[in-house]
Amino acid sequence: MNAPLDKNIEHSFQTAPHFPIYMDYSATTPIDPRVADKMIPYLREQFGNPASRSHAYGWSAEQAVEEARAQVAALVGADPREIIWTSGATESNNLAIKGAASFYKKQGNHIITVETEHKCVLDTCKRLQREGCEVTYLTPQKDGIVTPEMVVAAMTDKTILVSIMAANNEIGVVQDLKAICAAVKAKNPKVLFHTDAAQAAGKVPFDVEDLKVDLVSMSAHKIYGPKGVGALWVRRKPRVRIDPQIDGGGHERGMRSGTLAVPLIVGFGKAAELAKAEMADEAVRLEALRTRLLEGLQKRLPDTYVNGSMAHRLPGNLNISFSFVEGESLMMALKDIAVSSGSACTSASLEPSYVLRALGVGDELAHSSIRFGIGRFNTAEEIDYVIDTVVKAVDRLRSLSPLWEMHQDGIDINSIQWTPH
Amino acid sequence: MAYSEKVIEHYENPRNVGTFGKDEADDIGTGLVGAPACGDVMRLQIKVENGVIKDAKFKTFGCGSAIASSSLATEMIKGMTLDQAAEIKNTQIVEELNLPPVKIHCSVLAEDAIKAAIEDYKKRHA
Repeated sequence: MNAPLDKNIEHSFQTAPHFPIYMDYSATTPIDPRVADKMIPYLREQFGNPASRSHAYGWSAEQAVEEARAQVAALVGADPREIIWTSGATESNNLAIKGAASFYKKQGNHIITVETEHKCVLDTCKRLQREGCEVTYLTPQKDGIVTPEMVVAAMTDKTILVSIMAANNEIGVVQDLKAICAAVKAKNPKVLFHTDAAQAAGKVPFDVEDLKVDLVSMSAHKIYGPKGVGALWVRRKPRVRIDPQIDGGGHERGMRSGTLAVPLIVGFGKAAELAKAEMADEAVRLEALRTRLLEGLQKRLPDTYVNGSMAHRLPGNLNISFSFVEGESLMMALKDIAVSSGSACTSASLEPSYVLRALGVGDELAHSSIRFGIGRFNTAEEIDYVIDTVVKAVDRLRSLSPLWEMHQDGIDINSIQWTPH
Repeated sequence: MAYSEKVIEHYENPRNVGTFGKDEADDIGTGLVGAPACGDVMRLQIKVENGVIKDAKFKTFGCGSAIASSSLATEMIKGMTLDQAAEIKNTQIVEELNLPPVKIHCSVLAEDAIKAAIEDYKKRHA
């Protein structure tokens, strides 16, 4: 148990294979080596249960968990006592929405959310609808932005909760939560405001007191922490109540029972600390890389379109449609690059990205979309390689595409009678 | 998703890509099937002499399996009579390319493209 650590472990990340180039940081991130180093003792000799009050193993585990709680709280400007550990943002979103809907059911049953939310919010809302809740799904503007007016207009005297994500996972669009939340509270201060900040917290400035929100979901693995851990921030003043969704030993002030995953929590804490310290510099660096990528692609490829607002966007996100090229065939040509596509074919369903559809992006352009997620370990050299590879692939696939040929011949593909299948 | 070697081979080296010139129009039949909104459009053309398909060309907007299915279809029909080509079933394409169940629609589209090209040729030579 106390054997010396294999020092190679610490440096395995740097020596990992160069290919495929990882540019899917919105899906997940590698654990920062500094985070992994901090976690390792808690996978080995520091194995105690923080709920054990009678010996040193428990005490040191509890101390580590509380340090991490303070680190995560500091990332979002919160009080550490307001942080509830969960298994990830999916659980946090489930707990916040179901927990609030259940606790406040006597006050109302109406929830407002947005069509571009993550599936774990949308599916939670759909389940609540089956159980008697009313849910309004707002359609954002074409650039992905939700306005305060849209939200306020949807409020009724039955509204108990508004849930709007801080930054979108597919298009990276960052909402003006401060303005939206202020408008909601001005109309009815009793309505709770929840936000899924899995993509935002740790990447862009996010302060619960500045925003005046009530419930915030966070995730570790989007910010170079481990998978399997997240947090829900629950406002204490004025006190926000939620019904627990997991019963048991009464951990986390009764809101989420279950023995704490100490190594993961320690890793989340360290990742949050690093994010807070490095966010400003990292944002500048990532935005420069993204500009390099976008300009490199647009200079060499006509008929490419950015999906979602460029002005209000996470620094590392770029979602582009390459007209007349189908996304999955493009991904096949990009086997040296790990990215995601909004094409139907990459998912089990035959529908293209519901997020792009909600923006009013046509199905053919939604099928042609690629999401690049640039992150901490990407380099300018990698961006240049990606530009080169994508340009070659799009050019080749366009030479195979009957739609590209029609477009070149000046035929409007919308004027053709297609046979949907 | 893992692709079969044959799909990858056709995707990387597609056969018979292109468009017949407008001056050849008399001998040509063109089938255009699918829809951009569904993520698949195939255009398959046949060049016919004395009831036999002398040449075939395609262009496809679609996933790798759709490109491979149409590439294979052009190879299969070359040298066939119109009647023989009309008998081609999508299951032959599925088998030849080892297509997984979610990609069967690509083979169906290729079969439809062959039939549409033949129909177009016959309509214009009726």
